[in-house]
Amino acid sequence: MRTKPFKSIGFNLLAIVISVVIFIPIYIIIVNSLKTKTDAATMGIGLPTSLHFENFSTVIEKGKLGQSFLNSMLYSVGSTIIGTTLAAMGAFVLSRNRTRLNRFLYLFLIMGIALPTNYVTLTQVMQVTHLINTQLGIIILHAAGQIPFGIFLIYGFVQNIPRELDEAAIVDGCGPWRLFFVVIMPLMMPVLITLSVLSFLGAWSDFIAPLYFLNNSDLWPMTLAVYNFFGQFQSDWSLVSADILLTILPVLVVYLLAQRFILSGLTSGAVKG
Amino acid sequence: METKADAKPEAQPGTKSRPDPVARIKSKNKRGHTYPFYFVAGALILYTVFSVIPGLTGLLYSFTDWNSYTTDVHWVGLDNFATIFSGDENYLSFVKNTLVFTALTIILKTVLGLAFAILLTEGVKKLTNLHRVIVYLPAVLPMLVVGLVFKSILNPQTGLVNEFLRGIGLGGLAQKWLVDANIALYSIIGVDTWKGVGYIMVILLAGIQAIPKDYYEAGAIDGANPWQRFWHITMPLLTPVITVTTVLNLLYGLKVFDIVYVLTNGGPGYATDVVFTSVFKEFGQGRYGVATALSTLLFLIMVVSGYFVIRLMTRKDQAE
Repeated sequence: MRTKPFKSIGFNLLAIVISVVIFIPIYIIIVNSLKTKTDAATMGIGLPTSLHFENFSTVIEKGKLGQSFLNSMLYSVGSTIIGTTLAAMGAFVLSRNRTRLNRFLYLFLIMGIALPTNYVTLTQVMQVTHLINTQLGIIILHAAGQIPFGIFLIYGFVQNIPRELDEAAIVDGCGPWRLFFVVIMPLMMPVLITLSVLSFLGAWSDFIAPLYFLNNSDLWPMTLAVYNFFGQFQSDWSLVSADILLTILPVLVVYLLAQRFILSGLTSGAVKG
Repeated sequence: METKADAKPEAQPGTKSRPDPVARIKSKNKRGHTYPFYFVAGALILYTVFSVIPGLTGLLYSFTDWNSYTTDVHWVGLDNFATIFSGDENYLSFVKNTLVFTALTIILKTVLGLAFAILLTEGVKKLTNLHRVIVYLPAVLPMLVVGLVFKSILNPQTGLVNEFLRGIGLGGLAQKWLVDANIALYSIIGVDTWKGVGYIMVILLAGIQAIPKDYYEAGAIDGANPWQRFWHITMPLLTPVITVTTVLNLLYGLKVFDIVYVLTNGGPGYATDVVFTSVFKEFGQGRYGVATALSTLLFLIMVVSGYFVIRLMTRKDQAE
């Protein structure tokens, strides 16, 4: 309140220094993706002497980035739609109809937030369900992973949607499907967007599920493709940086556009009221 | 409810007749139609098949000698756990590394996250949101990318960290960050803090902003200095939030896998192996029994801590 000006400048400088230091690793990727192979060899912080945008086209061609980009999109978008929809339907019913069974199911489901995945036995489940080495398998696995946190987040939100709306809709002759998809879901949009963004980012960044369950490199998402690319071109950091930058570009764009929703979703669980 | 009914005289009779027991049974019956159970079924099936069943079968397999070389599976009781605790095969050091990682990341992320959050609420008036966006940014980056970039930054010869230390005349502090068995684990902890501190800061920041300003004004009137205001106002009111972040950090730390996998893959030797990287290696060698026993051990710890997480996260619902 009565902060002296020089003190305030000091605090601001400190905050800027912290932000700059935190940003350095991302900055390094950006500058080195535009350098020549020799300039990028040490991954230094210097600016490129000349801009080599052709690195990106080289990478797209050599790293099969087109295919892995489509795979990543398929996995992230597909699992987000399935996971968010199922979580929303479940949370809606569990929150509205609080029988003892539903109360227990709610706790049972959100327990999943804490549980670690047992990949050894999960592999068996994937084999039994014939989902191993399939794109559908990865989508379903990510969708299943989103459900506990999704139920938790939406459950709290549903409590703020007035019950009178349901009753009015039922009086007007809506069945449960129309009630949910036409009346309730549009009202859930804020929380659904938050959850979708978090799910999308989580699925995009994950590499463990494909590492365990996809042998065929044609099905790999961008994260694993980067790893593969690094294996082949580790001596050429300019290309590796360009490859990394293209992989994280969708993440950065979604994050910057939707950071408001992400931050609200993260804090709603931990800070209430 | 009352005010709503007053405002809308046309409100449904259903709301009003609720105290009547017959109507209540009816409406309870009707609730099953309006909120059908099959809406929950999809979420329940996916969760059960892909999370609960693997967890529970893992529990069973950890008492067997299941492996990839034979189709026969024998019940061996607690042999796998005896192997883990015997100390013959480094398993205890994996558990120890996991605990060190968990404890240090909890401390670092909480202290630094709290410091940043206070800096942003107290000291910084401009660009607060920009700082928040940047500090959280590492959390959204894919772990594989983080691994590749930090392997280059921490490279002993050409890495940025050692170049910087030499540049400012502190070349003596330059280390073989990820190669020296004595410090590799701490380097991983450092990188993980870089990635995860923003998440904790964002939660703590929201917690601090939820504290009513009146308390600070009253404190200032009573002559409390900033240090006293921090210890006697901020900390007590922030304790529930810090508990939540600590539990989140605990759960994350115990099941850590990816950052270790991408930075050192447990090396040099076994110096940085944690429980889940060793599970991955056991799995690769086909020793499923020991691998599931290790998973089970963590599974049990997580179920217990998970119980407390749920207690914390649903505390507001219970109070209602």
